[in-house]
Amino acid sequence: MSESPSFERAKAHVGFTVNGEPVEVAFAPHKTLLEVLREDLALTGTKHGCELGECGTCAVLVDGRPVLSCLYLGLECEGRRVDTVEGMATAAGLHPLQKAFADLGAAQCGYCTPGFLLTAKALLETNSRPTFGEIREALAGNLCRCTGYVKIFEAVELAAAWMRGEDAQPRKETLYGTDFDESGLLPVRNAP
Amino acid sequence: MSESSSRDRKPPLENSQPPLAERAPRRKSAKTRVVGRPYAKVDAAAKVTGQTKFADDLFLPRMLHCKLLRSKVAHARLRRVDVSKVLAMPGVVAAVTGRDLPISFGILPVSQDEHALAPDRVRYVGDPIAAVAAVDEDVAFDALDAIEIEYEPLPPIGSIDDAVAHPEPRIHDYGDAGNFHKLVSMEFGDVAKGFVEADHVSEDLFFYEGSTHLPLEQHAAVADFGPDGKLTLWSATQTPHYVHRALAKVLQMPAARIRVIATPNGGGFGGKSDPFNHEIVVAHLSRITGRPVKICLTREEVFYCHRGRHPTLMRVRTGVKRDGAITAMHFQTILDGGGYGSYGVASTYYTGALQTVTYNVPAYRFDGARAFTNKPPCGPKRGHGTPQPRYALEVHLDKIACDLRLDPAEMRKAHLVPPNSLTANFLRVGSMGLGACIDKVVAASGWRERRGKLPFGRGLGLACSSYISGAGLPIYWNSMPQSGVQLKLDRGGGVTVFCGSVDIGQGSDSVLAYVVAEVLGIDPFDIRVITADTDLTPVDLGSYSSRVTLMTGNAALQAAERARELLVEAAAAKLGIPKVRVALAEGRVFDVEDPESGMPFADAVVLAEAKFGTIGTVGSYTPPPSAGRYRGAGVGPSPAYSYSAAVVEVEVDPETGIYTVPKVWIAHDVGKCINPVLVVGQVEGSVYMGLGEAMMEEMAYRSGVNANVVHKFPSLLEYKSPTTKEMSEVVTFLVEDPDPNGPFGAKEVGQGPLLPIPPAVANALFDAVGVRIDEIPATPEKVHAALKLARAGKPPRVGPTRFPDVPYPPPMRVLSPEEGGDGRALQVAATGAGGVRS
Repeated sequence: MSESPSFERAKAHVGFTVNGEPVEVAFAPHKTLLEVLREDLALTGTKHGCELGECGTCAVLVDGRPVLSCLYLGLECEGRRVDTVEGMATAAGLHPLQKAFADLGAAQCGYCTPGFLLTAKALLETNSRPTFGEIREALAGNLCRCTGYVKIFEAVELAAAWMRGEDAQPRKETLYGTDFDESGLLPVRNAP
Repeated sequence: MSESSSRDRKPPLENSQPPLAERAPRRKSAKTRVVGRPYAKVDAAAKVTGQTKFADDLFLPRMLHCKLLRSKVAHARLRRVDVSKVLAMPGVVAAVTGRDLPISFGILPVSQDEHALAPDRVRYVGDPIAAVAAVDEDVAFDALDAIEIEYEPLPPIGSIDDAVAHPEPRIHDYGDAGNFHKLVSMEFGDVAKGFVEADHVSEDLFFYEGSTHLPLEQHAAVADFGPDGKLTLWSATQTPHYVHRALAKVLQMPAARIRVIATPNGGGFGGKSDPFNHEIVVAHLSRITGRPVKICLTREEVFYCHRGRHPTLMRVRTGVKRDGAITAMHFQTILDGGGYGSYGVASTYYTGALQTVTYNVPAYRFDGARAFTNKPPCGPKRGHGTPQPRYALEVHLDKIACDLRLDPAEMRKAHLVPPNSLTANFLRVGSMGLGACIDKVVAASGWRERRGKLPFGRGLGLACSSYISGAGLPIYWNSMPQSGVQLKLDRGGGVTVFCGSVDIGQGSDSVLAYVVAEVLGIDPFDIRVITADTDLTPVDLGSYSSRVTLMTGNAALQAAERARELLVEAAAAKLGIPKVRVALAEGRVFDVEDPESGMPFADAVVLAEAKFGTIGTVGSYTPPPSAGRYRGAGVGPSPAYSYSAAVVEVEVDPETGIYTVPKVWIAHDVGKCINPVLVVGQVEGSVYMGLGEAMMEEMAYRSGVNANVVHKFPSLLEYKSPTTKEMSEVVTFLVEDPDPNGPFGAKEVGQGPLLPIPPAVANALFDAVGVRIDEIPATPEKVHAALKLARAGKPPRVGPTRFPDVPYPPPMRVLSPEEGGDGRALQVAATGAGGVRS
């Protein structure tokens, strides 16, 4: 390295798995997991809204549990399993949560969506049949300014049903509002 | 007139718009295969997989990072700004000050009062003074400390009262008087006569505190000035066209060499509608360094950029007949504008514009004022200037209904503005579904059975509202279309839509795809949508004023119908049938009388290309001319008005004043749903944001030292907004009263449904515990204080008690349509005493 000495920083060299794949990254030791993911691993699906642990936007899973990646040092990830939104869909298609969020318009601007998806995923992995109150509680640390949370709650309930193997459909009120006259409408096929 | 015959009468490649009368909406029918149906958004898959690229997700090789040094003083002259030490620091590549960018800018032509970096004066804590570009964000951040600044403090103006009391020192050297940015007064119809004819005259004072948009995405921008002398700016902006114009002006570059790409916005709500300092600064830094430069604001900085809800003090006086019919209304507002103009002149007029489009107001006077203060500038937030007066009006009417012993819902419904009418201030109302909206929420909430009959502590409140579907006039005067769409059809059957509109989460990219898919009979997910790129897409003015579905929808409809005409002509020739028999549906072009006879869509494109050459069509939209011709008539007119009615239920703990909103019933007249699930989503999001404003959100400033000018808590933690646990159950009713000016009859939904929520909450609190909270937010502290007054036998009201002496000018008199007016102001100078009634 021929850089001026004033730039030299001792970098940490950390190994962990991201979305099931092992990675080794060298980064300045003060960097947060959020910064390591976005800046060193080019995984920009993880967003940020405050970088102070206030909004839940940057939530990812570490060893299956939701953490705020803006408050979690990259150094702490050594040997751990990190899951981000990029790892949710597989070759077989979207994760049921992703599909439900897409179908119901639970992602409006989509900026808080990755944090909600991962927090909800952690919930559904420990509780396959959460009550409305449990969903609300689990997502209480994630802020959304677009949806008023209503479609998000409904999407999590729908995805939970799908993940239990049920052939669930969205409620008509969810799609059309209450008392909407949808007579004569044809069924909708959404993109895969 | 059948749909196909109307199409047949339009020449395929004519650029002029057909007269409005010919553009009757296509009615809801079983035949629509895309429009009216709950498809996913076309960008939903990208959003749920984290693949959508927001501005801060862009990383370019050799990219530098920018930080802004912002003023720590609310009001001061700058004696010295010295960046020389910074330039010597390792890793710093450039540093600039106000001297480098001396040309002013601003969103409105009449308020070009901002500078990229303050040249000689700072006007609020957070006003940018200098900027650094460095190899990484940490270096740039540390370098700010080495910038030397000498301030010469000036007395700060912290409030409306301060601005009224202290015309000096002037925050700006322009404006209508002292620290008043704007002073207006207008009278439509004979207001004095209207008050004489009233059976009952009532007057109230209200205050609506400022609140901020709080988009989860912090503003970010990346600039890249290339070796070809061309500049590209990617930015989280709702208005790339206006940013384009501001960059050309301040950088003194030909607009043709500037490309602005609005990245998908991670929430906007009006907060990304101004051209911003940081956008211009990174563009300049890229130009002088020859490297890409990025900035991403911190959350604290987002609070300083602000442009949110204006704190507004209001006085409303209304005369009514015994049945609640309004005979005259005098509405006065004063807005706390903050340090710069922003959209403030429009905001001021908007506090007086839409009072007339819900209930008939035959005689109406409006006095409006906007003060400059040394705080972050206010501007457009969802509802732009209308939630404040709507709150005041709807609580005021609730009190009048009580005085007259009328049911507030019945009283409103009895005096609705009729459809297809002209208001006293010359706003042309088209479709008007408010009556149906009131019926829906009254029935569903059990209003008649439950209001006034619930146990103490529980109550119901009702309010109604209306909002524009786009402003009738553009922000800078011109006679060009407000929205343009280009369509490209390729031989493989691919269809690409190009439009300048910006998807801020509301689904505008999807609306373009749905409309085109409907007309061309193809799958919306097969369409590629390219938007918000000033090099590639025709101008659309941006995602503000709830204009996009109506305006881009109409432009897309026109472009698609022109493309359809080419396909129909080519297919008809091939099939040997008249054009009226050609149908497009399910990806096929076929004979309606013999559906087996036809071809795939792509084959029809090939035929059309062989016949006409490369297939591209355009569509554009210009709103109908406004009826009003008086000064200020530019604010208020719209191609169509949406209507909403809401009933809110509250549960109050009378001991503490703490209350919850367990349920909201809301009905919204959207004209026609282009996609009902997205419309429901906009209604729910609006209810949420309305509840936030009603119950807790406020831009609060410190008391004591630096009183009123230093933000108390610029953070997401301390600026209280509703979480999942505060959000109510929402029962949404979509009312479809198609408007002839809307595509398929569609009107707006993004902003209107916020408006009835704050007054409905306040009215519900009255029903629950008998207190009047005439000030938003209606916090538990205020409810508690009012309950305490009630127990002490005093009037149980919390709210403003005085209205300052504002030097409103004598009113401009406009004869109302009823008086035979032609929309112009009378030339005779008014001689009445100016604005303030003793």
